[in-house]
Amino acid sequence: MTKILLFMVSCILTNNFIFSRFLGCCPFLGVSRKVETAASMGLAVTFVMGIASFVTWFVYNLILVPLNIEYLQTGAFILVIASLVQVVEMFIKKVSQPLYRALGIYLPLITTNCAVLGVAVLNVNEGYGLGYSVMNGVFGALGFTLAIVLMAGVTERLETSKIPQALKGFPITLISASLMAIAFLGFGGLA
Amino acid sequence: MNLHLASAPHAHSNQSTPVLMRNVLIALIPCVAAGTYYFGWYALLILAASTASAILAEFAWQKLTKQKVRINDCSAAVTGLILGLNMPPQSPVWLVCVGSAFAIIVVKCLFGGLGDNFMNPAMAARAVLLASWPVRMTSWVMPTGINSFGVDAVSSATPLTNLASYTYKDMFLGNIPGTIGETCKAAILLGFIFLLITKTISWHIPVTVVATTFVCSWLFGKDPVGSILAGGLLFGAVFMATDYVTNPMTIFGQIIYSVGIGLMVAIIRNFGNYPEGITYAILLMNIATPLIDRFTKRRVYGHRKEAKKQNG
Amino acid sequence: MAKNKSLGAIIKNGLLDENPTFRLVLGTCPTLAVTTSAINGVGMGLAATFVLVFSNLVISLLRNLIPDNVRIPSFIVVISTFVTMVEMFMHAYLPDLFEALGLFIPLIVVNCIILARAEAFASKNGPIASICDGLGMGLGFTAALTLIGSIRELIGNGSVFGFRIMTAGYEPMLLILMPAGGFLMFGLILGAINAITAKASEKKEGTD
Repeated sequence: MTKILLFMVSCILTNNFIFSRFLGCCPFLGVSRKVETAASMGLAVTFVMGIASFVTWFVYNLILVPLNIEYLQTGAFILVIASLVQVVEMFIKKVSQPLYRALGIYLPLITTNCAVLGVAVLNVNEGYGLGYSVMNGVFGALGFTLAIVLMAGVTERLETSKIPQALKGFPITLISASLMAIAFLGFGGLA
Repeated sequence: MNLHLASAPHAHSNQSTPVLMRNVLIALIPCVAAGTYYFGWYALLILAASTASAILAEFAWQKLTKQKVRINDCSAAVTGLILGLNMPPQSPVWLVCVGSAFAIIVVKCLFGGLGDNFMNPAMAARAVLLASWPVRMTSWVMPTGINSFGVDAVSSATPLTNLASYTYKDMFLGNIPGTIGETCKAAILLGFIFLLITKTISWHIPVTVVATTFVCSWLFGKDPVGSILAGGLLFGAVFMATDYVTNPMTIFGQIIYSVGIGLMVAIIRNFGNYPEGITYAILLMNIATPLIDRFTKRRVYGHRKEAKKQNG
Repeated sequence: MAKNKSLGAIIKNGLLDENPTFRLVLGTCPTLAVTTSAINGVGMGLAATFVLVFSNLVISLLRNLIPDNVRIPSFIVVISTFVTMVEMFMHAYLPDLFEALGLFIPLIVVNCIILARAEAFASKNGPIASICDGLGMGLGFTAALTLIGSIRELIGNGSVFGFRIMTAGYEPMLLILMPAGGFLMFGLILGAINAITAKASEKKEGTD
């Protein structure tokens, strides 16, 4: 239990996907303008990353390893993720209209979110078993969600600030992210 | 008059920025005096350097970007002095100057200047220095006395790592290793009382922060009184957590923010890499402040822009 | 659109006018993650350039054969083929660089620059123009990463490309090599470039 708790703290805070691993920066810098949007996006990513970790574990251990074609990992994973996102989108559309309205528009974006492919490759590199792979996906995505929600809060606040013209948009977002990463250094050593 | 602080309509901030900032500077005098008394004239030199470089950095930025120079609102001086008081007493002068410049230019001016920064500049700068030059920022010495310029100091661990070896009296009076401003609790309390009397700050944030850390340290099985007297908790709670710009707008929001800081301090001290957690605790709650505001206050949209126009 | 543009202009477009890093702000993850030294920047940039050039070429050749509705998956297959080639090549011949760039080599697959160029350029233009576009974009990306990498290495380690620049007394600012420093330097450089281009266009308007 303690081990799992520590793993969770490590994924969400200490080794945060955005602030320490640089995975998923494009949506982090581009999408997080509103807190609600950021939260929905985070939820969608969490959903996909959990399932992707689950499925890619099987693909790697039951297909690639027995056939000795581990080097095809990158291509195999990205195809699995792309089709997974399609399936998830169709599934949600069929099952729950409100959920589809909330998450639907973010799903296509997730295919190219490097956090999803990143977590699949990380799971292999770290040699995680099935349980840890899924937890890595879900907790890692929750860390991503935390980061984009905090960022959305800060960005909303910056809307009324007198930011110098040349820094508006991406530059100030990057500098804000830097300050947030500095704050997250405080979690160092927690797990 | 510079009223950009209007963005955060605190009940107690109906005074103008220069007056508030001057009050903070006055409240810091006991800490400056105590730091000099314990760590010598070199400590005073560090404080002078940090304050001067902060003012210079703000002046240079405002000249460079062709803005009206506002260094006489004293906010840069406060940032510089607080950063200086957060430095180990043997720090080289270049280190504090880098810190002040980072605090003023990157954390404050790039975001639009006073009132628009979302993070406390002095705290962010301290965290940057700690990450960049970890050995220099954690070299503690025993107090050397006022006439100790150039004397070889006895290096020491921070009292947080060996609480039992110092008496409460030494910790309260400041006769312990630590940063220049944080060791003397008596001086900090003197400043706190002054800030309360002049209505510069309200009691909610400092008291809640300290109380939360007290309870959490006790729960974690640490000496709760020692936890408060050692380290930078008290200094941070009084002078840094109360920065108007970077804490929530409503009292309820401020309580959440303060509980968060207190809790984070206890967690970082007990489980993290760092012996002291007040800096990171404040920074982390600074980034949560926009969200706290969102859920504790119904914002009146457009209100702020109008206020700005009036100030022209 | 590119038909009436010379090949040189297409390359220049990628290097300067539509520099993927500084103007379009695409592919931010590797930009932030690998630029802890100049050589890493060059390595990452050239790896991406290779993939860009060849995936652009192949997609351009196949552009009339790929049905529109399976366009994106087909692009991904092409791109991932070349990424796998780069991965295997670097693993065999440049193990140190491969180690340093780590996760971000396989992640070239989802680098938005490559998919964006496939979609916006290669699927609409001929093979030669597409190669030039890939080359320009790739070199623009490489130049940007090298610039950021050099500055971060200089401040965070006192050297550039491993050559000591700062004097012995210089105490490097370690933060710049940390993730926070990556965000910070990229933000500051981007801001500086915006300020310079704004000044330049102001001057241009003044003289016209």
